[in-house]
Amino acid sequence: MSRWLFPLLALLLLLAFGFSLAFGSVSIPFEQVMRILLGGTPEKAAWADILFKFRLPKALTAVLVGAALSASGLQMQTLFRNPLADPYILGVSSGASLGVALVILGLGSGETALTFVSGFGTFGNFTLALAASLGAASVLGVVLLLARRVQNTLTLLVTGLMFGYLASAVVSLLIYFSQPERVQVFSLWTTGSFSGVTWPQMTVFAPAALLGLGIALAMVKPLNVLLLGDDYARSLGLNVRRARAWIIVSASLLAGVSTAFCGPIWFVGVAVPHVARSLLKTANHRVLLPASLLMGATFALLADLIAQLPGSQRVLPLNVVMSLFGVPVILSIILRQKQLRQL
Amino acid sequence: MLTTASLSIGYHHPLASGLNLELRPAELVCLIGPNGAGKSTLLRTLAGMEKPLAGTVWLEGENLHRLPPLELAKRLAIVLTGRVESPLLSARELVSLGRHPYTDWLGRLTPRDEQTIQRAMQLTDTLRFASRPLAQLSDGERQKVMIARALAQEPKVLILDEPTAFLDLPRRVELLQLLRRLARETAAAILLSIHDLDLALRLSDRLWLLSSAGSMEIGLPEELALNGAVARVFQSEGAHFDHAIGAFRVHQPVHGPVSLEGNGYGVTNAWTWRALERLGYKVHNGNSRHPVRVEVLAESRWRLVTPSGQSEHHSLETLLQQLQAPHVEYRILNNDRHENLL
Repeated sequence: MSRWLFPLLALLLLLAFGFSLAFGSVSIPFEQVMRILLGGTPEKAAWADILFKFRLPKALTAVLVGAALSASGLQMQTLFRNPLADPYILGVSSGASLGVALVILGLGSGETALTFVSGFGTFGNFTLALAASLGAASVLGVVLLLARRVQNTLTLLVTGLMFGYLASAVVSLLIYFSQPERVQVFSLWTTGSFSGVTWPQMTVFAPAALLGLGIALAMVKPLNVLLLGDDYARSLGLNVRRARAWIIVSASLLAGVSTAFCGPIWFVGVAVPHVARSLLKTANHRVLLPASLLMGATFALLADLIAQLPGSQRVLPLNVVMSLFGVPVILSIILRQKQLRQL
Repeated sequence: MLTTASLSIGYHHPLASGLNLELRPAELVCLIGPNGAGKSTLLRTLAGMEKPLAGTVWLEGENLHRLPPLELAKRLAIVLTGRVESPLLSARELVSLGRHPYTDWLGRLTPRDEQTIQRAMQLTDTLRFASRPLAQLSDGERQKVMIARALAQEPKVLILDEPTAFLDLPRRVELLQLLRRLARETAAAILLSIHDLDLALRLSDRLWLLSSAGSMEIGLPEELALNGAVARVFQSEGAHFDHAIGAFRVHQPVHGPVSLEGNGYGVTNAWTWRALERLGYKVHNGNSRHPVRVEVLAESRWRLVTPSGQSEHHSLETLLQQLQAPHVEYRILNNDRHENLL
């Protein structure tokens, strides 16, 4: 089955990419897209603008975030032997939210807050990305410190969860004491979007995401061995502490950088690895990881496409689309498998 | 192959100290002892998973605890109790994980790796379900796959912690026989902890008896039974090890004496004896005539003789029912008191 599966997945990804370039509030015919991409002049000059300034970076972001979160979720699920684990399980996203909340809700006068009010401005803002990254990094730092001392992986999980709750609590506190306009802006941030990453930001975003993906790839062998549990992994010669640290770094980097530039994107990280497992019927990460990357990227592109509501001027919040459309699709794939327990 | 020098094991307090142990190639050693004696701790220390409190473990002349993990993994493999929670892995994929110490950073398998995996699965008779996922295998089959995985490491020493814990008797026997065969065929030294004393006595080349006090007796199974070591280690209030029959006798409150005549029906005699003992009677051989007597007349015929009369029975059950009928009971008690007074 896997012989034609990967070419098929790659093809689907390409198609999704093509669709997301062609469709949106304005439809650009495919061959025009091709012409523009290959350096020719299009029928309407505005199309080149739309393509290069908005759609191309947006599509690339979607691909990177979809792949990043799927890789992160897969690693977390294997490391913690928990099928419900997602990229944010160690509290990284809560840390990022805290950073952003501090900027939007906490600091600055009413004037500064109003400049954030335009929806686009929220996601295009580098300050926010920085704040989110710092928040995520702080939580990651604490978790890594603890990972050195803590033998039991489960304890580490619980600690990460606790930090997540703590950060969320502080965010809630900030929301409680803030003005409604600011809360609205923050709320907007939490719905997530791929549209906010500009080309300058991409120079930071893309390398960071690719670094995280690179580490994940190097962790394929340790991840496979960790399937047997810490004791067996150790007896097979794996340095469990070191492997755990690298896996956490990769997963948190991927989750953190995605959240920093696009807000918290739910669902992809949990669901895609399961779909990959269901379809490929394997636990081997040498196959699961690439499959998750391709599927995650495709899924993110499709979700974004739907969110753009092609042909209309309205846009749905990304996280809403992810769940509303994603859940039935994934349920149908998973429930069709005869043995649910195998997940 | 693997030796220890004045080894002391435990976590904060020593569970056992001054241990000088040896594992030789092609030998199957069973570690037995009461619960809490420290069997798991000993195994884990010998496998390098725990640090000794004192003393050293030597593996082929090198300090085991100073070996780099990958190097140790190429010489020593372990199999633990408990299930592996990875239902999607196929048997072959699991066995191939045993090649971890030998493969490259991506874990790709060379032809030599494939050969080793194949041989490991052949030796453990697991080839027939190689492509089936773990979830579809029975406990016994899964254990064999785990052993195959350990074999794929090409170990000189194989340590198993209660590998028969969840298995039924036939499967336990099969596993132990497999391990014995593996010791011979791969020349590995195999050490396992087991609770089934009978199997250990029958199938191991050497026994390590660890008592709750932390002392270790080592020797041939038969020697340890003969010199009373087994009896000593398993001494308890409820039972004792009878080395004459090589099994445990359970202590029962005794109702009274019964005399049993076998008349040459050895097997029926033996099991009638056991039934009477189970009900709490002190059974004497037919030579001593007691007021209450059971005679074995044929393979399935008994005669019960009591002061109040005789009866013939075609099943043990009716015999025992009659024996336990109220008036007979009373008589037996009376007899006992008479005997005591005398």
